Amino acid sequence: MRDVLKELERRRDEARAGGGAARIDAQHKRGKLTARERIDIFLDENSFEEFDMYVEHRSTDFGMEKSKVPGDGVVTGWGTVNGRTVFVFAKDFTVFGGSLSEAHAEKVVKIQEMALRNRAPIIGIYDAGGARIQEGVAALGGYAEIFQRNVLASGVIPQISVIMGPCAGGDVYSPAMTDFIFMVRDTSYMFVTGPDVVKTVTNETVTSEELGGAKVHTTKSSIADGAYDNDVETLLQMRRLIDLLPSSNTAEIPEIECFQTVSEHDLSLDRLVPDNANKPYDIKELILKTIDEGDFFEIQESFARNIVTGFGRVEGRTVGFVANQPMVLAGVLDSDASRKAARFVRFCDCFNIPIVTFVDVPGFLPGTAQEYGGLIKHGAKLLFAYAEATVPKVTVITRKAYGGAYDVMASKHLRGDVNYAWPSAQIAVMGAKGAVEIIYRKDIGDAEKIAAHTKAYEDRFLSPFVAAERGFIDEVIMPHSTRRRIARALRMLRNKDLTNPWKKHDNIPL
Amino acid sequence: MFKKILIANRGEIACRVIKTARKMGIATVAVYSDADRDAMHVEMADEAVHIGPAPAAQSYLLADKIIEACKATGAEAVHPGYGFLSERASFCESLEKQGIIFIGPKPKAIEAMGDKIESKKFANAAKVNTVPGYLGVIEDADHAEKIADEIGYPVMIKASAGGGGKGMRIAWDKSEVRDGFDRARSEAKNSFGDDRVFIEKFVVEPRHIEIQVLADGHGNAVYLGERECSIQRRNQKVVEEAPSPFLDEATRRAMGEQAVALAKAVDYQSAGTVEFIVDKNKNFYFLEMNTRLQVEHPVTELITGVDLVEQMIRIAAGEKLSFGQKDVKLNGWAVESRLYAEDPYRNFLPSIGRLTRYQPPAEGPIGDAVIRNDTGVTEGSEISMFYDPMVAKLCTWAPTRLEAIDAMSDALDSFVVDGIEHNIPFLSALMQHPRWREGRLSTGFIAEEFPDGFAPIKPDESQKGVLAAIATAVELLRRDRLDRLAGRLAPHSGAIKPDWVVKIDDDYVEVSLRDGMVSIPFEADLSINGGKVVTVASDWRPGEPVWHGTVGRQSVTAQLRPDPKGLRIDWKGMSVTTKTMLPRTAELEKLMPIKLPPDTSKMLLCPMPGLVVSISAKEGQEVKAGETLAVVEAMKMENVLRAERDLTIAKINCKPGDSLAVDAVIMEFA
Repeated sequence: MRDVLKELERRRDEARAGGGAARIDAQHKRGKLTARERIDIFLDENSFEEFDMYVEHRSTDFGMEKSKVPGDGVVTGWGTVNGRTVFVFAKDFTVFGGSLSEAHAEKVVKIQEMALRNRAPIIGIYDAGGARIQEGVAALGGYAEIFQRNVLASGVIPQISVIMGPCAGGDVYSPAMTDFIFMVRDTSYMFVTGPDVVKTVTNETVTSEELGGAKVHTTKSSIADGAYDNDVETLLQMRRLIDLLPSSNTAEIPEIECFQTVSEHDLSLDRLVPDNANKPYDIKELILKTIDEGDFFEIQESFARNIVTGFGRVEGRTVGFVANQPMVLAGVLDSDASRKAARFVRFCDCFNIPIVTFVDVPGFLPGTAQEYGGLIKHGAKLLFAYAEATVPKVTVITRKAYGGAYDVMASKHLRGDVNYAWPSAQIAVMGAKGAVEIIYRKDIGDAEKIAAHTKAYEDRFLSPFVAAERGFIDEVIMPHSTRRRIARALRMLRNKDLTNPWKKHDNIPL
Repeated sequence: MFKKILIANRGEIACRVIKTARKMGIATVAVYSDADRDAMHVEMADEAVHIGPAPAAQSYLLADKIIEACKATGAEAVHPGYGFLSERASFCESLEKQGIIFIGPKPKAIEAMGDKIESKKFANAAKVNTVPGYLGVIEDADHAEKIADEIGYPVMIKASAGGGGKGMRIAWDKSEVRDGFDRARSEAKNSFGDDRVFIEKFVVEPRHIEIQVLADGHGNAVYLGERECSIQRRNQKVVEEAPSPFLDEATRRAMGEQAVALAKAVDYQSAGTVEFIVDKNKNFYFLEMNTRLQVEHPVTELITGVDLVEQMIRIAAGEKLSFGQKDVKLNGWAVESRLYAEDPYRNFLPSIGRLTRYQPPAEGPIGDAVIRNDTGVTEGSEISMFYDPMVAKLCTWAPTRLEAIDAMSDALDSFVVDGIEHNIPFLSALMQHPRWREGRLSTGFIAEEFPDGFAPIKPDESQKGVLAAIATAVELLRRDRLDRLAGRLAPHSGAIKPDWVVKIDDDYVEVSLRDGMVSIPFEADLSINGGKVVTVASDWRPGEPVWHGTVGRQSVTAQLRPDPKGLRIDWKGMSVTTKTMLPRTAELEKLMPIKLPPDTSKMLLCPMPGLVVSISAKEGQEVKAGETLAVVEAMKMENVLRAERDLTIAKINCKPGDSLAVDAVIMEFA
């Protein structure tokens, strides 16, 4: 009996050694951790149970039969993050460069299916060289099997991808179909085709970092939702994100004890909106002062910064925040901002996370660049997302809510549950200057008349009360009471029950 | 007594004056510029009058606007505060003509003392000790050089109409006179509209000690002891105290009597301050008389119990001083720290922005000490580029000097300011400085003790232990709360992990939970680096910015700012980022590469938000170390940016008149 136990220990040790000490050292020298080390940090201590650690590939081409390593380049299993179940797979760069074989894919698929069946989040950690060329179509088939599971799980359980090394070719599409992608600065990159192929095909010379580094994907392409300085920081942040997310689309929102009262007035908010309507202010201050303890997990912080999206808690329960950012492009809605916010709203709606929207939007961004780029379609995405969302929706208009952008930003008409406005709100078709020049075109030459018309327009429309008179605004609130109002509204909406008509799925303008 | 007065000022001093007026039952009128529409002084006053656009020259400095405001509101008198119109004789005269009383000295006294040359003549006549110098008008740089040679170096070149540190230059030898003269003159012209300068001997190792006087219109005058203001940075006072740790009773009396003699000589009728420099042998020389309420007046109020603003108002209303010299008793010790909106880590460059958090310590008695905070801002206020960057004057009083300093240290530790850069870390560091605590001061203190500017104090081993203990206590509470997170797989075992590693900047401290409850209030025994066990106790709750508690026998007030990189802890001038990790995580964290910030050595970055005044170099030009590259103006101060080494200009990214953000690249070097 003791011998078989020893054999198990031996085989476990062999599997856990991955690609061996030399490769592990090399991984460390690159500033990266190994798959198992990453899992150690991400999961609760001693909570990881590994599956399929003895799996080996079955390839016999190109001499592959001579080279087998248990685990086959991916570590899979489950564990807990602060006591809540999470499934994990982590590519092991020290074994065949983490490349994907048929057997490797089967391991991932198994975990994906377990996660879906057991309704718990799944995290994929990427650090791999793509398909194992030696396996040919078997590897490609493996990818597609993974993609299919990603799609089936989408909207049922949270799927998060963390890119901690190379991620290229077929490997990129599974992360692309998950809910969030995070990257590590300087040590990770993602692209469909690498610099060598780019050089051959287009004659462009580009480095991996320039082509698909964390900076590119967090600021330009919007592929990644965030980036951190190193592996440890990234994984600890992923724990923080998991703490905020429900385990599935039928699970309760995680709740923690809240130590911060909601009843205290924050008088500094009464001074947040400057007198001058053209002066910006930082909407993040309002978010930080609305949520518990100012603890905000921002999504896509560096992309389309004219809109802010992210998670916080109110009275200990997760809330998704969407807010126009007057500091950047005056908070205007453009294609990028619309797409960014739309995707975030849909994520929240999938997982029953209430949405709080702060509105200060001068409208949609005009210009050929935007129109040629399909602003109509991209703007429609956000409109669509808000309109179809059935989760609790609380909206606060802090200043401008002009034109179509007013409609889009979780207005009453899109089934906003509770719509507040600050006294500084201006809900109108457009700003005074533009409006007066249209209404009183004949007086344009007469500065005095125009000034009088402008004043009249401002007095009549640049306030929350015209909208409030129609019931489009439920209540005009003091800025200093915003946290209390939102907390109360969310409490009231906790049992909200709203369903859309049955359909196979909608046809959002992609 | 007046029924209504107008305060021709803004910020903390306007609020200060309003407080006393209110106490005396006098109605108040505030004036405000566009930038101050929502300012605290406007809210505090019974009435407020708008007087123009944000720049002071178009609002607070316009005598006519103030007079109009008086007429419109029926204010009988004007308190000018300090700065702005407070020492402008012509303003008093205009007020007099309109039958409005100026709460301050008569125009003649202001005129006599406002001009540094005139004031010295008066001082000589009143037998007040003066510094050797040239009192005539200096014609040009050649003349300046000749005079400086006669007096002997070092010499100080100063604006005749000046105040504070503006328009002042020191020349250590002949070669510096010409440049100093030109600069002093141009600054004098820009700041005061008067380009006259004078030259005098520069006293080495001087202390700045000033005497507060009060004189009424009936020939009575008293001195209220002294204030020492030797802690200055570039001639701007930073920390003041009363009394001075340096003076003996005889010197105090001699200085006080000379100050009173001078006040009488100019028929002074108000509160005023006679500034002296005192050398290491307690020789004192008259510097100037400030014919207004001083910024640092609260320390005198704290040790004498006299409300100087009240006295000014009473004197202006024609009342007699109600007490004599023998009634003036100095009681205990008071210290004042000036909180400035400036970045101590970037050579104290001005910082502007919104005070997203502003939570001063509670005023009033605390133990044997008293805390007073004179401020003109509130949470959410805007620190604008238009005015003085002083945010608040934090004062502490205690029976003895060291107690007052320790009370200041604690008060600073609990003073929460976010949204702008500020000098609290520097002030905290000062309070720990042995030379300050011993009272061995000179006006060169900051330049000598912080020659390379200011960097956060590095914690020593025992301080690291305290910081690690706080970080662990915070982390344990966080973990404990997450152990009660909804949706856990199984009820949690209640077994909080006992062993932690706290990374403090680049060091690692091992902390173990030995005994105690992880709950609120927190009380547990922690062992630090396997050694001494300390009890950590605090009623801190997650989300609160100030952690107050005890670590071992030490009482600690620290500020916590969580961010994704870890928990920042500020305490006693230290500012560290801590990361509290499980041992396994810490072990792996040590493998992480150190990331260096981007190389900016080949760029000239704009050190603060400001306006480009001039660019002195051209693209392709070779520049020697020390040569001027550009001048940027912010908060009315011109900042000369010089080449740190010999270099060649590759590219210039802006032009004069451009408004730049902090860290904007002004030019790139080859």
